[in-house]
Amino acid sequence: MHGFWRWLAEKWVLLLGFVLLAYLFVPIAVVMLLSFNQPASRNTTYVLDLETFQFTWNNWTDMCGAAGICDSLLRSIYVGLSATVIATILGTLISFALVRYRFIGRGSTNTLIFLPMATPEIVMGTSLLTLFIGLQIPMGFLTILIAHVMFCISFVVVTVKARLAGLDPRLQEAAMDLYATPWQAFRLVILPLVLPGIMAAALLAFSLSFDDFIITNFVTGTSDYTTFPMFIWGSNLRGIPPQVNAIATAMFLISFAFVIAGQLRTRRRSARRAATS
Amino acid sequence: MTDQDLCIENVTKTFGGFTAVDDLTLTIPDGSFFALLGASGCGKTTTLRMVAGLEEPNAGRITLGGLDITRMRPYKRPVNTVFQSYALFPHMSVEDNVAFGLRRKGENRAETRRKVAEMLDLVQLGQYGSRRPAQLSGGQQQRVALARALVNNPEVLLLDEPLGALDLKLRRQMQIELKRIQTEVGITFVHVTHDQEEAMTMADTVAVMQAGRIEQLGAPAEMYEFPASAFVANFLGQSNLIKAEVTGQADGHVTVDAHGNRLAVPAGRCRVTSGTALLGVRPEKLHLADGPDAVPSGHAAVQGVVTDASFTGVSTQYLVRAPWGSELTVFVPNSGIANPALPGTEVAVHWSPAHSFLVGS
Repeated sequence: MHGFWRWLAEKWVLLLGFVLLAYLFVPIAVVMLLSFNQPASRNTTYVLDLETFQFTWNNWTDMCGAAGICDSLLRSIYVGLSATVIATILGTLISFALVRYRFIGRGSTNTLIFLPMATPEIVMGTSLLTLFIGLQIPMGFLTILIAHVMFCISFVVVTVKARLAGLDPRLQEAAMDLYATPWQAFRLVILPLVLPGIMAAALLAFSLSFDDFIITNFVTGTSDYTTFPMFIWGSNLRGIPPQVNAIATAMFLISFAFVIAGQLRTRRRSARRAATS
Repeated sequence: MTDQDLCIENVTKTFGGFTAVDDLTLTIPDGSFFALLGASGCGKTTTLRMVAGLEEPNAGRITLGGLDITRMRPYKRPVNTVFQSYALFPHMSVEDNVAFGLRRKGENRAETRRKVAEMLDLVQLGQYGSRRPAQLSGGQQQRVALARALVNNPEVLLLDEPLGALDLKLRRQMQIELKRIQTEVGITFVHVTHDQEEAMTMADTVAVMQAGRIEQLGAPAEMYEFPASAFVANFLGQSNLIKAEVTGQADGHVTVDAHGNRLAVPAGRCRVTSGTALLGVRPEKLHLADGPDAVPSGHAAVQGVVTDASFTGVSTQYLVRAPWGSELTVFVPNSGIANPALPGTEVAVHWSPAHSFLVGS
């Protein structure tokens, strides 16, 4: 008994760590498990009961089985990719302007660009809705895209700016000194060095757009442009199809693969550096 | 003088209200090793950047071999720069860094490879071509930066404090190395530095800059022996400057009164010949004698008391307090004669008038 308390006193931080990890991952594990379950009815999609658990591949092999589910998924991917491309290009250009140039209004731009990050989504959603109604823009893909680009830009700017600020401004000068035109200097020196930041910003923008619900809910209006989060929300009222669990698991695995790939890349690079120096 | 001289004519550059370079006129002869020497903020780096095309002058003209390059874009100038922080491209190998300029100029592949290899050999980095800059030491990075600029065979190579980040020993080594390379390639080097020793050991011609202007320009030895102003006398090595009133001229000498001592300076070594001036003598040109009687004839002398003696190996450095309160620095070379003057000893400090100079105060 005495030994146990001593062991606990020494390892309690470690134990706490495991508890915390479990707290984070158990919900995901439940979803994964449920993606292999055939629920008795749509109202029991989220009931994990080992007695009634019925193993099936159905949710995976017939992912698009539930009406509208894959349409909404494709819409979300389409909106996400479009918003990512636009927000990443605009955000990167804004970052360059803010880091590299001195102009009137630079200070206020620097502050205002963070405003969408600080604004509660519910406020942004309502104000965008008011704006679109006022301008008589029909709700649907366009309004969703505008809204998503808007809230993604701030995150892109923050990410790219951090990368740019750490870049020696003399690199551009050195390239131009070595006969590179401004465009060549950008393409051959600046862009490759900022690219990891731009990629990170794009991934962030996509995931923000992909799972946004609150703002999207406002700016979809009465149109039938239902994104994936909106689909889940809507079907929640009628009972969620079990395929949602399979899609959620797949999404988790894809983002997990990204993280692992990123980690491996960094590790391999630092190992190579250590080996040659 | 040949036709590839770099000429800076009446160039002025201001940043807001601050004048960095003030009506500067300077000719840098083709093939010379030229040093711009000055404290930080004197305008030497701004001058260099205007030659590189990274800053545009507010007024004046810069020509290279008669061609006006004042407003030419940096990538069109036959000029290359070694940056202070090296500014090597971190995502490229050493070879790609060095080949960058040649590739932009459209040099063919085989020729590029040959020139890059040749240049890496010149800077003794032949084995390091495939490494990334981050895998090299500071001194090696410095040599990559040099190779990257030199491989383009520019008309003028600009070096902005290239040795500033290196430790003392490596710096000495690179000074000799740079001088060797310059002699070998025969390209005009314009070297910006705040280190007077570096400027003197490497350059054929040194320009001392202060507040955006050139204080003095000349060969290092010439400037050291006969500085144009009190600023140069103190910036280039050490000087004892004694306040003096000019009292007259006789027999090719200017006579002055320094705190009651009547002293003479050869007229040819006087920058001023009237009013209040500063009489200067380098510490190694001063000698110590036991008393006024021991002073060799023809030497000027003042009395004083030794306040400090520090042995540095090659010499002993004495501080001697003159009667008017200021201290004179005297370097006595270690020539093997053990004759230490202990602090508190009364001595006569003397020098040959030919070693003194007179500058404006």
